[in-house]
Amino acid sequence: MDIDKNMGIVVVDDFATMRKVIKNLLKQAGYKNITEAEDGVEALKVLKSEKVDFIISDWNMPNMNGLEFLKAVRADSKLSGLPFLMVTAEGLKENVVLAIKAGVSGYIVKPFTAAVLSEKIEQIAEKL
Amino acid sequence: MDVRFINPFLNGTLNVLTTMAFVEPKPGKPYLKKDSLASGDVSGIIGLTGSATGSMALSFSEGAILKVASNILGEEIREINDDITDAVGEITNMVSGAARKELESIGLTVTAAIPTVVAGKDHLIKHVLGGPSIIIPFEIEEGLFAVDVCISTLKGT
Repeated sequence: MDIDKNMGIVVVDDFATMRKVIKNLLKQAGYKNITEAEDGVEALKVLKSEKVDFIISDWNMPNMNGLEFLKAVRADSKLSGLPFLMVTAEGLKENVVLAIKAGVSGYIVKPFTAAVLSEKIEQIAEKL
Repeated sequence: MDVRFINPFLNGTLNVLTTMAFVEPKPGKPYLKKDSLASGDVSGIIGLTGSATGSMALSFSEGAILKVASNILGEEIREINDDITDAVGEITNMVSGAARKELESIGLTVTAAIPTVVAGKDHLIKHVLGGPSIIIPFEIEEGLFAVDVCISTLKGT
């Protein structure tokens, strides 16, 4: 199945470095519509003002962390169906379980390669 | 400090820098440090809590971090600026995460705070536990960097 490279993707991370790394990798993979947000609070504003089809979010962020953001997305009837990929340094088993229980679509532990990110996005997008 | 803490931070550092920055650091022999002087020009520091408590710092010489950050970001950076301090924060976060994952495999569940970054010649690294800390030195062609760890289990072992 062909993945829609025009889908809107929001990259949420408090570190500009990681937003840039992920954005560069997405562009290399052919994705064109990428928006950034610094934390869950800002990301929720983006979700309500722009067309977003796919969320890539960090876990450890100030104001609203990735897990809180995920729960907020799943609790909102207009956003609950959005694919949500967590890309985080949090590899502890209990945190992965928490994210799965909260409805995460996929989970990548940093550090990661371009191939891993690309494959995971395609796996999730193919199920849509 | 327990020597079991050395390998998770050593392996975590190698994993993060080879995967994200495409460099192959050569680790040196770990040693004890009793003062607070950082071994590099820019340092990321992160607090650790849980079944082991303390803090970890990652301290880069200017040459080393310019190479590492340039590789991570895919563009040449020639001076220590906001891009560098942001990158050091994220690298510290990733090394902490990779080390904590390995610590979990030896029965220690450790959570981390959000890292802070300090830059400047001869800056200080103040560990939560006061010290001494274990320094794990690394070298790449462009310069030196080090992991500076000061943690202890709840029993103080």
